[in-house]
Amino acid sequence: MEFQFSDDQMALQEGIRTFCEGRFPFDAIPELEKEPFNRGIQGELAEMGIFALRLPEEQGGLGLGMADAAIVFAELGRRVVPGPVIWGNVLAGLIDGVATGEVIVGGLDHTLGTSPGPAMVEHGSQLDALIVLRKDGIHRIEASALDGERVKDPLDPLTPILGVPSLPAGERIADADTASRVRLEATTLTSAFFLGIAESTQEYAVAYAKGREQFDRPIAGFQAIKHMAADMYVKQEVARAAVYAAGCSVDDPEIGDPIRAVASARVVAGEAAMHNSRKCVQIYGGMGFTWEMPPHYYLKRTWVLENAFGTGEDAAETVADHIRLV
Amino acid sequence: MDLRYSDADEKFRHELRSWLEAEVPLHGAPPDRSDWDARRVYDSGWQGKLFEAGYAGVNWPAEYGGRGATLTEELVYYEEYARAKAPYVGMNFVGLRHGGPTLIAEGSELQKSEHLPRILRGEEIWCQGFSEPNAGSDLAALKTTAERDGDDYVINGHKIWTSFAQKADLCELLVRTDPAASKHRGISWVVMPMDLPGISIQPLDTIRGESDFAEMFLENVRVPCENLVGEENDGWRITNVTLRFERGSAWAQDIYELKEFLSDLSILARKITRHDATAWDDIGLRREAGHLAAEADALWAMMKWQLGEVARTGMPGLGGSALKLAFTELNQRVYEFGTRLMARASLSRNDLADLPNGRTVDTFLNTLSLTIAAGSSQVQRNIVSERILEMPREPR
Repeated sequence: MEFQFSDDQMALQEGIRTFCEGRFPFDAIPELEKEPFNRGIQGELAEMGIFALRLPEEQGGLGLGMADAAIVFAELGRRVVPGPVIWGNVLAGLIDGVATGEVIVGGLDHTLGTSPGPAMVEHGSQLDALIVLRKDGIHRIEASALDGERVKDPLDPLTPILGVPSLPAGERIADADTASRVRLEATTLTSAFFLGIAESTQEYAVAYAKGREQFDRPIAGFQAIKHMAADMYVKQEVARAAVYAAGCSVDDPEIGDPIRAVASARVVAGEAAMHNSRKCVQIYGGMGFTWEMPPHYYLKRTWVLENAFGTGEDAAETVADHIRLV
Repeated sequence: MDLRYSDADEKFRHELRSWLEAEVPLHGAPPDRSDWDARRVYDSGWQGKLFEAGYAGVNWPAEYGGRGATLTEELVYYEEYARAKAPYVGMNFVGLRHGGPTLIAEGSELQKSEHLPRILRGEEIWCQGFSEPNAGSDLAALKTTAERDGDDYVINGHKIWTSFAQKADLCELLVRTDPAASKHRGISWVVMPMDLPGISIQPLDTIRGESDFAEMFLENVRVPCENLVGEENDGWRITNVTLRFERGSAWAQDIYELKEFLSDLSILARKITRHDATAWDDIGLRREAGHLAAEADALWAMMKWQLGEVARTGMPGLGGSALKLAFTELNQRVYEFGTRLMARASLSRNDLADLPNGRTVDTFLNTLSLTIAAGSSQVQRNIVSERILEMPREPR
């Protein structure tokens, strides 16, 4: 057992962080809002190996595991990188062209049922195919068969939504076991993305508090702020351990119950992201309520992900179902 | 990153599990908490058995009688110990988790060889004389003085929250040896035998209605200068060594016990009837159990992460404060959840009719002490925000 990053993993993290900070800095967001995602971005992400990283080398992948992927997706979360990135990663081995970025897939998880209203398809206008996870397996719907309307004001300005009132059945391309595996992997990556959001919002909030002065001193000196920041840090660190433990459990299921480990990570990382992005808004004060500051992008992406592969409450129920009874 | 235990770890697990399965039932149930003599016999007797079997001081160096286990064997040890519901460390807490580790880090060879084996065998009970009525969170404000007189320190002062003072053989005591120095600089760490003249103990009744801790009045107590640990006036640094142990791997066993307790509760909830169904049929209750279990899983993973850091650096890092904060607060929520599950049975602090109602509510009360002791949650938040996040410091 060595539950720390290896040298290779540190290099992986550094590489992806450098890319994300260069390509998706905060200054670039206003421009990005006009078109948050397109084929060009997908190509750049594919070039970084975001989609192919878990494929075997003989299939053009990097041969890495789920724990490695969690490191990468935490970095994407730190910069709220747009696009159906989680779907691309979990479907790269199932659908030709996804790994290289040539084919863009997004999806919906209907394993536990559907939401009220039209199906809300993220980046729907940019997709080649929509993938739906259902209890009986994975279904593929061609983009041309999607009859929907772009939502005028999506919650997350970096996640445009196509509202599709009536979803075609599509073609079943994989069985129920594969659907469960894909959902487990996607939940792990969602948790990792949450971790990145939790980290980034903590760092933004602390940096802001150190620079903002009231009563002739930085507000970072007030215990009311310090203790909020400390709680944000604790939540982020608890989430970090859970997310990487989940990644290791998916890679090596004999070390424990991967379903429980992933659901636990989903619960704590989701709570950390929501808690920290909300406190980030609070610590920024009035500025935190503006469009021009970073906190709201993180809060909104958290909410998108909170409703992606089951909710945190669904995950809590999964954990409860998997508590050992001996 | 890898969470797989080695074959050697699994072999160790197998041996330990067999031993615990045989020995834990033989040692029987703990005595009534008000029976101090029986408690000492019970706690010391169990510690002696651990020692004989080679399971005492699992993470202590072998040269001082410990097992010298690897960090992963240590984790296996905590997992199996909690699974077997083996006896709580009890009165050996201070010796095993504070005094001993401090001597290992800072004591002289003579001090180590004198005390460490006796602590490990359960022959030497320690208590802690740190806090004072006006030195709680601001521990460095302590006023108990020690003046040199020949080969002795003459000690005067007033300590509080001294657990097991009534039955302890030795006290790890913080005293002020240089009143002229700034408050963090004039403190020393000494080992005080509890049978010296001038020590009087005034038990304090806790929220649980028992006198587990006490006030300790020291009046011209003569402690030999050779009982000083480390350098004179270096006690504050030495204390932080101790506190770091307390905030590092020291919580490992408690975290795993919490995971086990949640398993027990989920089994029990399937038997408790409410609204013509079992408590477990209540989706709200299940989700709450799931949230709590998820956090307990995460903290166990965090413990492994931190022990990975200890392996790299040789010392528990500042992350121990984050773990202490998260664990002690989760612990309260879990036992409050358990107490709610017991419903009106929680009105009794004694177990009734095969229910763990009494011990659950009693433990819930006890968990309230953990966010106060060893640096309150508020002090931990100051530590995290100042030393990790580098936010401005409080006045010291």
